[in-house]
Amino acid sequence: MSDDMDIKDKAAWDAAERVADYEHGWSSDIETDFAPKGLTEDTVRFISAKKNEPEWMLEWRLKAFASWKMMTPPDWAKLNVPPIDYQDAYYYAEPKAKPKLGSLDEVDPEILRIYEKLGIPIAEQKLLAGVEGGEDGGLPQRRVAVDAVFDSVSVATTFRAELERAGVIFRSISEAIKEYPELVKKWLGKIVPMHDNYFATLNCAVFSDGTFVYIPEGVRCPMELSTYFRINAENTGQFERTLIIADKGSYVSYLEGCTAPMRDENQLHAAVVELVALDDAEIKYSTVQNWYPGDAEGKGGIYNFVTKRALCQGRNSKVSWTQVETGSAVTWKYPSCVLNGENSVGEFYSVAVTNNYQQADTGTKMIHNGKGSRSTIVSKGISAGHSNNTYRGLVRVAPNAEGVRNFTQCDSLLLGSLSGAHTVPYIEVRNPSAQIEHEATTSKISDDQMFYAMARGLNAEEAVTLIVNGFAKEVLQQLPMEFAVEAQKLLGISLEGSVG
Amino acid sequence: MLQITKLHANVADKPILKGLTLSLNAGEIHAIMGPNGAGKSTLGYVLSGRPGYEVTEGSVTFNGQDLLALEPHERAAAGLFLGFQYPVEIPGVSNVRFLREALNAQRKSRGEAPLSGAEFLKVAREQATALGMDMDMLKRPVNVGFSGGEKKRNEMVQMGIINPALAILDETDSGLDIDALRIVGDGINRIMRKPDKAVLLITHYQRLLDYVKPDFVHVLADGRITRTGGPELALELERDGYKELAA
Repeated sequence: MSDDMDIKDKAAWDAAERVADYEHGWSSDIETDFAPKGLTEDTVRFISAKKNEPEWMLEWRLKAFASWKMMTPPDWAKLNVPPIDYQDAYYYAEPKAKPKLGSLDEVDPEILRIYEKLGIPIAEQKLLAGVEGGEDGGLPQRRVAVDAVFDSVSVATTFRAELERAGVIFRSISEAIKEYPELVKKWLGKIVPMHDNYFATLNCAVFSDGTFVYIPEGVRCPMELSTYFRINAENTGQFERTLIIADKGSYVSYLEGCTAPMRDENQLHAAVVELVALDDAEIKYSTVQNWYPGDAEGKGGIYNFVTKRALCQGRNSKVSWTQVETGSAVTWKYPSCVLNGENSVGEFYSVAVTNNYQQADTGTKMIHNGKGSRSTIVSKGISAGHSNNTYRGLVRVAPNAEGVRNFTQCDSLLLGSLSGAHTVPYIEVRNPSAQIEHEATTSKISDDQMFYAMARGLNAEEAVTLIVNGFAKEVLQQLPMEFAVEAQKLLGISLEGSVG
Repeated sequence: MLQITKLHANVADKPILKGLTLSLNAGEIHAIMGPNGAGKSTLGYVLSGRPGYEVTEGSVTFNGQDLLALEPHERAAAGLFLGFQYPVEIPGVSNVRFLREALNAQRKSRGEAPLSGAEFLKVAREQATALGMDMDMLKRPVNVGFSGGEKKRNEMVQMGIINPALAILDETDSGLDIDALRIVGDGINRIMRKPDKAVLLITHYQRLLDYVKPDFVHVLADGRITRTGGPELALELERDGYKELAA
């Protein structure tokens, strides 16, 4: 990393650190337009009407809602979640000032100020101004297009024109429903079916907004696509919906980062992300998740129930999930790949950090239906405080899938003596030609390592951060550079108070 | 520079140091020799603040400061360097990153500006070259896959980069072949043989002292200094062994 980046990051982090213990733990007073509290058919109609959705979309939502009422939350994860009162929450909120703008310059200054607090401008201010990366030495040689999701509504979409010249469609999902109904209809709910699970079905009924991306045949997306999600209204669940379609021979890298303000009430987050890659297409999907984790006593924090799935439909298609999960009180998340295409490739690189009373049950499913399909799973779990961190993964090989290969590496690092690390790998192989490897380790940061680092001048927290970053390096290096720096710092910040 | 007075220390409630007194002035190199189990490594760990090494009596001052009141990283920032007998592996963390973060942490606590990446690499390259270490090795994870000799040489590169006032080198000569021994010896002289620096060499053998000529040689036996002399004492020990002395 360059020094320029260091300095910029430092300024941003210093600014953020002035805000209590949790950097992003503030709330803003932007007026919010709420849907009535509670969840009924009327709520669903309200949301759909707010978005001026076509009839088919409303029908779809209502069908999901009717199903959801009959469903029960899953209880198989190693999570202790108190019952959630779904009637005691708001399901839709939008910032009142709601411009449709081509550049962030025109956005409500209050919103920009919040982004600044979040440290977003480190890269984005220049990037959004169209500054090429290499010129100031600190930024990568590419630009990032930001579809900024403030609460539930996309406030601004940038670089749209350039993307459109390349034929890339980068829209909020609400816009896409209206402008590209055929594309949306073709794939929405096809990767994660409407009745897939309790939280996905809930999302189908009440999703507020999200992102839609279509990369046409043979196009390499000219920039990284990035969406910053943010919860900013008290008691408002965030129900994001993302759909990315990579047509034949295309490539896209999509970055998603999350931060949320401090709240005492638990906030529900139930996103659905659907990816589809056709022949020879590749999607790289990176996440840094830093929702409010609750305080040191386990009070508050986000409930993060996410369904992420990719369909590697085409021959030689490839989807790579990279996630750095440091936030949320409860994380329930299994970004998966259905490998239908011959020689398709699925990858899952994950770092999950839990501290204090956080709980994470996360992993992946690699479903090998295609001949010669391959998958790689690298999971690094770090548990501190009283937290519990579970890797749960499934590798399944269908009877007709010849020549499948999987490699799984699953490492757990424990800090202190009160935290828990659990590994639950499921392997179902129905074709004898498959080669499946599973490696797992559990370790503690050794006293020798700590003392060695401290004898060289690092304090205990710096030493832990360094050692943990080393432990997670294989995953962190998969991240695009914009996130790698932030993610490294996040690991340290997430583990504050876990040593000494 | 370093004044150790009647130091007693326990490890797991067992007394190891039993009233050790020793004084080092700037510009001096002291060698501590002694039989296995005499407390040589314990002395290094106690001075650098390793948890689990409990001081029960006595005092240590370092440039007038109460050394024992400082945390290990504060001792490092104050100018104390411990060369480890068994350097530790840190997977996934490159030497370059480890040392830059460590050095800048020290500089920060001394109120100095951090070294930029370019400045740091310049220093690192100089030190690595002087110790015959490939820069590629500095980019590899700390001590991972290094041979015993490479680890020790890496300790010296670290010492050169950190440039401490006082180095405690715990059996830095063990595991080195003749060529490496000379390189390491030259390194110690080049980095530490200065009017404002001091070295405490902990060693079993005379052979390192052929390259790094000590001003004083001490015999550490049963937790105290039992004899002090010049370089000739090391030769005498080599010839007669420790038993002779203890008698």
